[in-house]
Amino acid sequence: MANENQVPEELQQNVFVTSIDFLYNWSRKNSMWPMLFGLACCAIEMICTAAGRYDLSRFGMEVMRPSPRQADLMIVSGTVTKKMAPIIVRLYNQMAEPRYVLSMGACATGGGPFKEGYNVVSGIDKYLPVDVYVPGCPPTPEALLYGILKLHEKVQRQSIRTVPWYRKDTPRGITIPVLGPDIFLPDRADEIRQITMRQETSEEIAS
Amino acid sequence: MTESVVTTSSLPFADAVPGAVLDADQWGIIVNPDKLVELAQYLRDHEGFDYLSSLTAVDYLGFKDRTADDRFEIVYHLFDTKKGGDGIVLKVRLPESKPEVDSLVKVYPGADLQEREAYDLYGIKFKGHPRLRRILLWEGFHGHPMRKDWKEPYYEAEHKPYKSRWPVGHYQWAEDRVPWGDNINYPKGFDPDAFEPAPLPMPIIHEPPEGSDHIHTERIVVNMGPQHPSTHGVFRMIVALDGETIVGLEPEVGYLHRNHEKLGERNTWLGNIPFTDRLDYLSSMSNNFGYVLAVEKLLGDKGKPPERAEYLRVIMAEFTRIVNHMWAIGFLLNDLGAFFTPALYAIEERELILDLFEAAAGSRMMCNYMRFGGVVRDVDEDWLRKARDIVFNRLDRKVDEFDEYLTGNEILMARCVGVGLLSAEDAIALSACGPMLRASGVPYDLRRARPYSIYDRFEFDVVTDDGCDVYARYKVRLGEIRQSIRILKQALDQIPEGPIMNGKPAYVTRVQKGEAYGAVEGPKGELGFYVVSDGSDNPWRYHVRAPSYINLNTLEHMTIGYKVADSVVILGAIDIVLGETDR
Amino acid sequence: MFGKGIIKGLGITLRHTAATFIDDMARVPSRYTNAIETPQGKLLRQPPDSKGLFTIQYPEEKRELPENFRYIPMLLYDEKTGKDRCTACGICAKVCPPQCIWIVRDMNEQGKPIPRPSEFYIDASICMSCGFCAEFCPFDAIKMNHDYEMATYDRFPGLVFDKEELSVPTSYYASLYPSAWAAEEAARAAKAAKKAARGKKGGGAGGARRKAAPAKRTAAPARKADAPASSKAEAAPPQDESKAPPDASSPAPGGSQS
Repeated sequence: MANENQVPEELQQNVFVTSIDFLYNWSRKNSMWPMLFGLACCAIEMICTAAGRYDLSRFGMEVMRPSPRQADLMIVSGTVTKKMAPIIVRLYNQMAEPRYVLSMGACATGGGPFKEGYNVVSGIDKYLPVDVYVPGCPPTPEALLYGILKLHEKVQRQSIRTVPWYRKDTPRGITIPVLGPDIFLPDRADEIRQITMRQETSEEIAS
Repeated sequence: MTESVVTTSSLPFADAVPGAVLDADQWGIIVNPDKLVELAQYLRDHEGFDYLSSLTAVDYLGFKDRTADDRFEIVYHLFDTKKGGDGIVLKVRLPESKPEVDSLVKVYPGADLQEREAYDLYGIKFKGHPRLRRILLWEGFHGHPMRKDWKEPYYEAEHKPYKSRWPVGHYQWAEDRVPWGDNINYPKGFDPDAFEPAPLPMPIIHEPPEGSDHIHTERIVVNMGPQHPSTHGVFRMIVALDGETIVGLEPEVGYLHRNHEKLGERNTWLGNIPFTDRLDYLSSMSNNFGYVLAVEKLLGDKGKPPERAEYLRVIMAEFTRIVNHMWAIGFLLNDLGAFFTPALYAIEERELILDLFEAAAGSRMMCNYMRFGGVVRDVDEDWLRKARDIVFNRLDRKVDEFDEYLTGNEILMARCVGVGLLSAEDAIALSACGPMLRASGVPYDLRRARPYSIYDRFEFDVVTDDGCDVYARYKVRLGEIRQSIRILKQALDQIPEGPIMNGKPAYVTRVQKGEAYGAVEGPKGELGFYVVSDGSDNPWRYHVRAPSYINLNTLEHMTIGYKVADSVVILGAIDIVLGETDR
Repeated sequence: MFGKGIIKGLGITLRHTAATFIDDMARVPSRYTNAIETPQGKLLRQPPDSKGLFTIQYPEEKRELPENFRYIPMLLYDEKTGKDRCTACGICAKVCPPQCIWIVRDMNEQGKPIPRPSEFYIDASICMSCGFCAEFCPFDAIKMNHDYEMATYDRFPGLVFDKEELSVPTSYYASLYPSAWAAEEAARAAKAAKKAARGKKGGGAGGARRKAAPAKRTAAPARKADAPASSKAEAAPPQDESKAPPDASSPAPGGSQS
């Protein structure tokens, strides 16, 4: 990492960065508010995780916020369809940093059993950076809790000096895909044009 | 199911509308497309077939004995809500060159969403439909994906199992097979820069009646969903408001369209069972039940399950109904604004029932428990003891608690009584089903109207309510929990010993050529499966008559004139599950 | 009276709260009286006489899973001989509804197929945990694992399990499925006895003539047998261990660009 030693201005003089790191991560990890956001079957298991038997509030996560502005963690719980993908990316862009994405279940991870479907995105990681993948169809509440603990572990290992969200050069959003004849990222327009146009010409030559 | 109607010498309803009936076979009546509306009108008004249950299209491209002149077939299932019993099946055959037929919306308003779905997936034009737009996919999608000649980007072969998996099955990432590295495909010559997205569909405005004391204000259009805490998943409503009053509403679904039906045609017969789990993911056992019933009709005697299996099926289906209704009531309260606490209490017992499912089937939600001709696994004495404990000791107490705290609750009454009115006539016309229909006072329950499995052995009442509002729907659900407990008590007492499977479990199902429509009274309403077999190991057509989807027909009708806050409650009382709505 | 409903609602909450405490108190000295102590934590089930719902304090406590519980499949091998039970017959791959099983049947030097898999993959990001593979396997070679703690930071290849990762010894299976194991063993013994009684021809296809499977298996027991509760990432190759998890906040999502 090139910016390994880049310390924000106000922390240059601070020798207690490690302790701050610990406190910073500890507090973030213990009040990570998930977004109230369900897609499919896994959402039901997510609700069960928050309900009586598994009690998500033991991890400081009972405040599920329907607004992305107040949420730290997006649990992508279920099949991501092409029709839904632009909305999910927009929601992610609206979340305040630091933000995390947990891909819950086979569908969100890689399309799951519906992977072949013409309207199914094969994994939310095609559009969003995912932090933890929880396989299973659907993951039991315990499996989801394990995934959340795994995410806590990851948060605990981050350092305030290297996290990208305090850097000025970090891009702030992700391009939102567009629903055309099929879903596409405007970023990839050139690449798409190359293939669609080439197909046409090769067909002309053949005929 | 229609054998009784059909004879070879004289065609049914031949003289009702001259020239309407072209032919008939054991699976349905072939109707002249030009006379369809007339015949439907006659059947509704004179023969009592007042309920359009299922409407779907089938693509017979490449089917034996079919040509391009009768490539598409639209299949209508009509039933009688007063007399019950088997309904009739109408079929319209359409040529490839001109897939057009008159819309039935004027006769059966419930055809609305189903015709839009057939248009979306098959490209069949319904003349006279007020808003024939794509519904599950988005406007501008290339092609009509359910057609047999439309291949999905990850297309590998027509049918599973795929040859690439065995005996030389080197792992291959599906993404590597397509040039885009993803599950996408663009038509030739597509230029991303020249592309214009389709505009947002606007709801049809219903003007308030003249002379009402309505104050006219500026009209605004509000979008609710698909990310909204009260839409029960990824459902979207586009609401036109006059002040706070709803004057127009456009439901927009398809955000969870997972291509069940296309995948279902690729899958083997058996392979579809776990996929049905994921339709209405709150009540997977009922979904299994409906599908196996449909396929067992095609299997004939081979598919007849033994006694114990029938009992187990009923037990599981009734447990599912309880689970589903508890969830529905809990989250109705959530929609009323009592965030999460009542829902928490409502789904407490659900966990215990899910434990039972897990012990019997292996998974809490995706049970995959039923097989053609039986169930997959027997339950032991310990399981039955636990089930009896829950049914006899706990559930009654829970329902009493609901009753005590909710039924007379002033907040619930204030928000629900008189909200979302749907008269009995409208409910039937709009093809509403399940608790929606019964809360409008129509005692139509498939368990009584067309008894399947062993429901004719149990004593239970069809719960109805004449309130026609959200409160009535709540009360019907509560009453159905009680009736389910009653059935469970009988079933758990009577369950016999014996085998659980007809014949040996086999992974290849040999199904005869034909069609079948199997339906169960699922927790949400009539859950039907229409399957067409060409005699091979895979279904030719696999259609789900999804109650959640068809109940949405009523949403616009029920919400017009109410406040925007009521629309949330009205939607909540329909009790949709998006997995089933969008499939 | 207006507001009665609210008071009633608050009352029910209070009653539930109190009932929970009283229920807990009644279980003094310990709520774990019928819990099973394991190295992975306490396994417990809801006591039958409890009124409300029992909160399971994962990860310290775990639910005692029923025997039929299914998650992701596993492959069995005989720990005494190191032989795979799988004969690469391909039934699981054929019956798998989402087609997430890939099998390469092994060949001998002459190019004749040998009844054992040389490669076996399951893509856990496709698997729908339906259990058909285990249900229809004629050799009891593939079974559903109970290990649900498999969250990872990397899906590819972290969630594509190969034969090595899927393999578990039969003793692990026996510990998860005691009654099914007993029934299968009894059936197998009965079959063997029948075969022995039928004559000296015996043997038939496969079994005895097969060469021993690669010996490394017996030397290094598979991860799931070793620590059923351990995560995928922990058992992953050491370079993953040392490396910090990939920084998810990096802006470019990999898949869409490649």
